[in-house]
Amino acid sequence: MRLRNANAASKYNYQLVVLDDECKPSTGVQVATKAAADQTIVAGITHYCSAVAIATMGTYHRFNLPIVVWGSVLPEVTYGNKFPEVHRVNGTMIDGDRDASKFMRSRGYKTWVVIHDTTDYGKGHLKYFSEALNSDGGQIIGTFAVSSDQQDFTAELTKIKSLKPDVVYVGGLVPLAVRVRSQMEKVGVDAQFQGTGGILSDGFIAGLGKSAEGALAFREGAAVEKLPGGQKFLSLYENQGFEGPPEAYGPFAFAASDLLIDVIEKVGPSRSAIIEELNAKKEWDSIIGKIAFDDHGQNTVSATTLYVVQDGKWQVWDQSEYASGKRHLNSK
Amino acid sequence: MPIDLLGQYLLNTVMLGLIYALVAVGFTLFFGVMNIIQFSHGDIVMMGAFMCLYLVGAVASADIMPAPAQLIVSFVFAAALLGFVGIAIGRFLVLPMKDAPPLNVLLITLMLGTIIRECVRLFVPGGSNPIRFPPLLSTESYSLGKFTLRLDSALMLIIGAAVLIGTRTLIKRTKLGLAIQAVGQDEETARILGIDDRGVVLATFAIGAGLAAVAGVFSGLYYNQINFDMGLLLGVIGFSSAIVGGLGALGGAVLGGLLFASLQTFGTLALPIGGEYKDIFAFTVVIAIMTWRPTGLLGEKYKERV
Repeated sequence: MRLRNANAASKYNYQLVVLDDECKPSTGVQVATKAAADQTIVAGITHYCSAVAIATMGTYHRFNLPIVVWGSVLPEVTYGNKFPEVHRVNGTMIDGDRDASKFMRSRGYKTWVVIHDTTDYGKGHLKYFSEALNSDGGQIIGTFAVSSDQQDFTAELTKIKSLKPDVVYVGGLVPLAVRVRSQMEKVGVDAQFQGTGGILSDGFIAGLGKSAEGALAFREGAAVEKLPGGQKFLSLYENQGFEGPPEAYGPFAFAASDLLIDVIEKVGPSRSAIIEELNAKKEWDSIIGKIAFDDHGQNTVSATTLYVVQDGKWQVWDQSEYASGKRHLNSK
Repeated sequence: MPIDLLGQYLLNTVMLGLIYALVAVGFTLFFGVMNIIQFSHGDIVMMGAFMCLYLVGAVASADIMPAPAQLIVSFVFAAALLGFVGIAIGRFLVLPMKDAPPLNVLLITLMLGTIIRECVRLFVPGGSNPIRFPPLLSTESYSLGKFTLRLDSALMLIIGAAVLIGTRTLIKRTKLGLAIQAVGQDEETARILGIDDRGVVLATFAIGAGLAAVAGVFSGLYYNQINFDMGLLLGVIGFSSAIVGGLGALGGAVLGGLLFASLQTFGTLALPIGGEYKDIFAFTVVIAIMTWRPTGLLGEKYKERV
């Protein structure tokens, strides 16, 4: 969308090369190598899946391709190395899991079972959520590591049923979350469902139907309506005629593109010049607010937004009937 | 462990084993008749689930019959359509490769499976995410302590067992089944005796596809969701189950499916190193069994060498 709306007075013609990483690290490295090796490509707007992002950062560094991440929340993407090429406009799961723990404890939940996928994304969420929950006095009474393509969870969920947790926390993306939530109902696990920003998608609700009702998810960053340029983004998006909604991280992808175009307009389509400008310790205005990268290329994003599924849609918690007390989450 | 909880784990294992067995029997049929590994079989299972889902949607929109009847009608059409797909695979991919090394057929069908999977991911709306499969059978459940039996699971167990017994009866006691066995044992002699070997092969592919439809629909009904890559692991596990049970032995395929499901459940519950290693555990045990019994648990004791 940002490229479509590049100002007619722009110095350069921008072309978007779209490569699908299929949310698989092996495919991600292939397409990252293809993009980075192509010298006509001056910058990248990458990745959603953390498992792919962590696998590809070395590739971008090796080929000196500046990138701005807009979706992946694994802290190690920016903090695992000090690559001058790597920047991120969205927050990390450290913030999300910390705020999630505080909120859930404030609702009175005491015990959790964590089901996480075995990618860096799932393991990262386990690590940071556990740390936050320990500080807040909550207890994880069971942990189940599963592969992201596992289909059957009846054995795990039968065990979880006997543990009687207050909450089942899923550290994984939509496919895993849908299967777990669906089979929770089948097996009769009576616990509140809590997910991460990775399930904030219409796909989660489409996969579950009414069973999605009441599911919680925490996303790093303010809700799009509360972003400084949120309304502008939404009205621009609506006029584009795209098939689907902008999804949870759409505004961040837009902000990443916006930033790169502004930088290229200033310093020209040179990878090294773009890297230098992105690392120049300054602030940029964007629809998500001020963007300022620290010495690891990480933007500071302070807010976390809680969402709940209400009547077949993801609703910001504060605007939901759950927050007002008209509806109730699962509680013991 | 309390008996009711143990009973629940056993039920879960049998349900999972049933799905694996239905896939494994398909592999065993293809191997039995032509000595080939049809590696797109898992993805055909997935196709069956998607076909049934879309047919259910079409039938439901007509609103002329209750949900169970919608399921039956949709399944029959899905199985028939999938049967044609199976025949097409047999006719255009496998039979032309009859005289090629079996590895070629394995590779070609593996590649076909990838094509099918990617087509669903790319061209089915929302295909890259799980898609809801509605509960079309009664979800009433009966509980006794920690043991819960849902009516739809019970029905699937009964129907699944009937399908497996029916397949065995077809192979052992019908003219078609005897022809399949004859072609499997010696194709040339069977031809000389007047058996249409090509027709028998195509019929086997149709039966295999029908079993795939049952497995796909059961998977959809049991998990209430289907996804484009559900057939990949099902295919690998189904094939492994067929091998460990004894390729070519129907009873072996069923035993292999139940064994695999048991190993996975045991791995999840009992391994001190954690359930994420359950597939490593299950496949390691399968390798050990195959080393001990190379032709499978119920296969021939020795491979015939000429």
